[in-house]
Parts: sequence; structure tokens; C-alpha cells
Amino acid sequence: MKEPAPDDRTLDANAVAGMLEELFGADMTAADSKCAGCGREGEVGTLLAYTNAPGVVLRCPACSTVMLRMVETPRGRLIEAKGLAYVRVTR
Amino acid sequence: MLDWQLATIKAIRQETSRVRSFTLALPDWTSHRPGQHYDLRLTAADGYSVQRSYSIASGPEREGEIEITVERVADGEISPFLHDVAVVGDRIEVRGPIGGYFVWQAALGGPLLLIAGGSGIVPLMAMIRHRAVASPRPATRLLYSSRTPDDIIYADELRKLASRSDGLEVIHTLTRSQPAGWTGYTRRIDDKMLAEVRRPLGDAPLVFICGPTPLVEGAANGLVRIGVPPQRIRTERFGPSGK
Amino acid sequence: MSERFVTRGFEGRPRASGASANRVPPGQYLANDFPVLSAGPTPTTDLRRWSFAIDGLVREKVKWSWAELQKLPARDFVVDISCVTKWTKLDTRWRGVSVDTLLESVELDPRAGFATAFSDGGYTTNLRLPDLVNEQAFVAYQYDGAPLEAEHGGPVRLVVPHLYFWKSAKWIRGLHLTEKETPGFWESFGYHIRGDPWKEERYGGD
Repeated sequence: MKEPAPDDRTLDANAVAGMLEELFGADMTAADSKCAGCGREGEVGTLLAYTNAPGVVLRCPACSTVMLRMVETPRGRLIEAKGLAYVRVTR
Repeated sequence: MLDWQLATIKAIRQETSRVRSFTLALPDWTSHRPGQHYDLRLTAADGYSVQRSYSIASGPEREGEIEITVERVADGEISPFLHDVAVVGDRIEVRGPIGGYFVWQAALGGPLLLIAGGSGIVPLMAMIRHRAVASPRPATRLLYSSRTPDDIIYADELRKLASRSDGLEVIHTLTRSQPAGWTGYTRRIDDKMLAEVRRPLGDAPLVFICGPTPLVEGAANGLVRIGVPPQRIRTERFGPSGK
Repeated sequence: MSERFVTRGFEGRPRASGASANRVPPGQYLANDFPVLSAGPTPTTDLRRWSFAIDGLVREKVKWSWAELQKLPARDFVVDISCVTKWTKLDTRWRGVSVDTLLESVELDPRAGFATAFSDGGYTTNLRLPDLVNEQAFVAYQYDGAPLEAEHGGPVRLVVPHLYFWKSAKWIRGLHLTEKETPGFWESFGYHIRGDPWKEERYGGD
């Protein structure tokens, strides 16, 4: 794995845990997920988050595939999760 | 349901020159798990609003209130307000507790390896404070990276807790300047340091790493290189290091 | 929307006032610093392998290496920029090559009406040709007198100051010319197809 640059401002999904809980109705960071791009499995809390953007982007830490995008528009919240093969929320 | 509530600032404590702790009384307090955070929201009269997450520094044993510890980031949106404007009695919108991945409670056992850089110590302090009054108390080592001795947050409390001889050890690395007579680490976290620090904890401790992104990724990669199973490692990135 | 609690003493961000007021588009705040926004990891580019291409509906694809780009006529640009996340920065200084200069080296197919800017890391954004020509757009490799930093889109980014800054693709590697407009990364996901800050064209349907 590449060592990150000293000014790396990448976060992880823990930073957007509140937003995810609003969307899904439960904590998602501990949920298992699978990347539709490369098949990597891991908790949602391990996904890389880009929050300084016109929207929130969650990417696979292994292959950078966009797994989830969220944009707040005046007409509502847009969510796309094409890159999420699945999410499993345990009770 | 994750709803906003109005917290009241009950107390403010200066931890270091750039770091302050705030005790917030919560009308709808619920017990949290160490490692979780609250979201804070500020709204100006013209409707401009900003929201940030702050890790809970206190353990769940303090009912009705939480403590958050905030580093003043010069170009930040919320931290300059909290440091320069907010006073005891002010009310702030919060929601939480949030998070389910980067959490530890005594029931999860150990041994525990906690690795912090700068303000990354905050969620780990909630774990340490909870551990101090919980049982069982697993063997725990905290590796804490700071630039100078004056940057160490909770320095006195960590010293006191470590002196109880109940299985908690605190290991500092001071990367920019050290006090006279310092015999500890003086460099950034690397594989050799990680191997030395984790040796007494065995092959597969539970690991929690929190701090600036480069430190978190470097430490996580290093631990995997020295043989710690990746599924035992949990990380929370706080973004770039403060300047 | 319900009444929002107003935080005592919180003043938010400065809006424009006085002389600069009419330079700031509606709904925008003035930024003191230069915020870094990104939808993904900052790419690292080996300049020996870097190239900028114009392809698609052109008679012949054209490509410039880093050295070749440096040899093209360049100039300084001082422009105001506005991000859809509501910050505006006045008098930003860049150095680079006008898109007009780049287009002089290609022969456009008469059907070409749009371009997709494509970047390292996979980002794309769509532009209409009339928005790219007549000194309205340039590729920049210096900001504020120094080589453009990676976090701000270096080695080379597109700058289209009259549109929201998501159109100013960081880490640009080329323009792909097309007959139909193809929405890019944000345009295909909630954001306006054109993005004129003076008309507040932030979201699709605005």
C-alpha cells in the first residue's frame, strides 16, 4: 500500500456516520460491505470518505471505486450506491 | 432516532494552548460506547449552517453529560468559534451518539493497543476512562505521538491512570522536542517502534488507531507488516495534521 | 422548513460588501483561503509520462507532453472563481495556456459541439464549446506564481472561471469532443448541466 502524503485529507466513513444513520435508520459503520468493483469486503467504517466536495463520496480503499455518493439538493437527497455490491446491517 | 437536541455548555477546561475540553449537559442523554462521537451544528442568523463531528472524550459512566475535546484549527469553521466565542451557559445543537465501528467496551476484552496522534487521543481517552472504572480490565498500552511535551493532551490524567498499576501503560513519542533527560521515543511511529510497543501484548491485540490520516495509515500498514491480523485493527482518520 | 435554532455569537462567513459586492455571485460567501475540495484521492503524476490530449470529433487526435505544453504560448490570468459549495475567491492568479491556443492545433469536426474534460483519477465534467473558447478557459500549471500543487489540481488543471468551479477539472489529461453533451461526474448526479453562478445554476432543474 502506498504511504499517504503528509497533507492527506482523506477521511473514512466514520466522519459521515451521522449522515449514514439518517439515511439507513441505523448505524452503518459496523455494517459489512462489498465493493462491486474489486470484491473487497470490509466494514463500512473502513471505506474512504471525501467530504470536502459538492457531495459526499465513499470509495473502496483497495481500488478507489466510488461505492456511495450523496448530494443534498433543494428537492431532496440524492443517493447512489452502484459501487456497493451489498451492505449487511447486523442487529 | 438520531435527533438534534440543545446541549448546554456546563464547563470549559483548557487542556493545552490549542486544545480545550467542553462539558455538555444533554437533556436527552443516552449512554454511549467509548469511541463514538456527537455531531455539532452551528447556525448563523442568516441561515448559514455548519456541522462537524467531535469524539466523546468521557466514558459512559458520567450520566447526563459528555465531554468533548476540541483542537483549535486556524481555518476551521467550528473550532475557532468554540475556542474564541463560546462561554459556559451557551447552548449548542448536537446529535448522537454516533458510530458502531470504532468502539470499545470492557466486554470486548483485549489486550488493547491504542495508538494516537495529536487530537486522535480523544476517542481513545473515552476508552481509557471507561476502562478505569470497568471490569474486566485488559492489559492496555497507549502509544501517543505528540510534537512537544506541551502538546500532550490529558498529560496529568494519563500519568495518574498509568501509575495505578492496573495494566495500563502509556508510551509517548515526542517528535519535535523533548524535556531534559527524556529517554523515550523521539521519532515518528515506525515498524520497529510498533513491534517493540506491542510485544508484551501478544500476537493479536485489539488495536484502535486515531489521528491524522498519514499517521493512521502508516501505523495500520506497519502493524500488518509485523504480523497483526488486519481484522483486529480499527482506524479513524482525522484528516491532515494541524499546522 | 422548520425554525432553526440560531447559535449565539456565530456569524458564519462574510458576504461581499462595498466595492467587491457586485463581483460575488448570488448566494456566495468570500473565502480568505483557497479551500481544497476533492471527490477522491490526489493522483500523483510522473511528468515524464504525463500528456494532454484533444480527441473525439477531431480530424486527428493531438497530444502534448509536459515539455511540449511548456513551449506553447502562455500568459498570466487573474480571475474570480466560485465554487458551488458557496465560496468565492477574487483575483486568483494563474499561469497557463488558453484553450483557444490548444484548439488551434486541431481541426474540429463540424459536428463537435461539446467537450468532456477527463482527469487522472477518473473525474469528468462536460462543457459546451462556446464556454471553452474566446479566452474563457485555460489550462493552468501555475497558481500564485508557483507550480500548481497536487491538491489544487497540479500538474495541470482546467480553469473555466465563468462557471462553477467543479467545471474546472483538476488533474486534467484531455478534452474529448462530442456531438451530444454527456453529463460528467457531478452533472450526472444532481448538479446542473451548465453551472452559471450568476444564474445560480447549482442543481439539475434550477
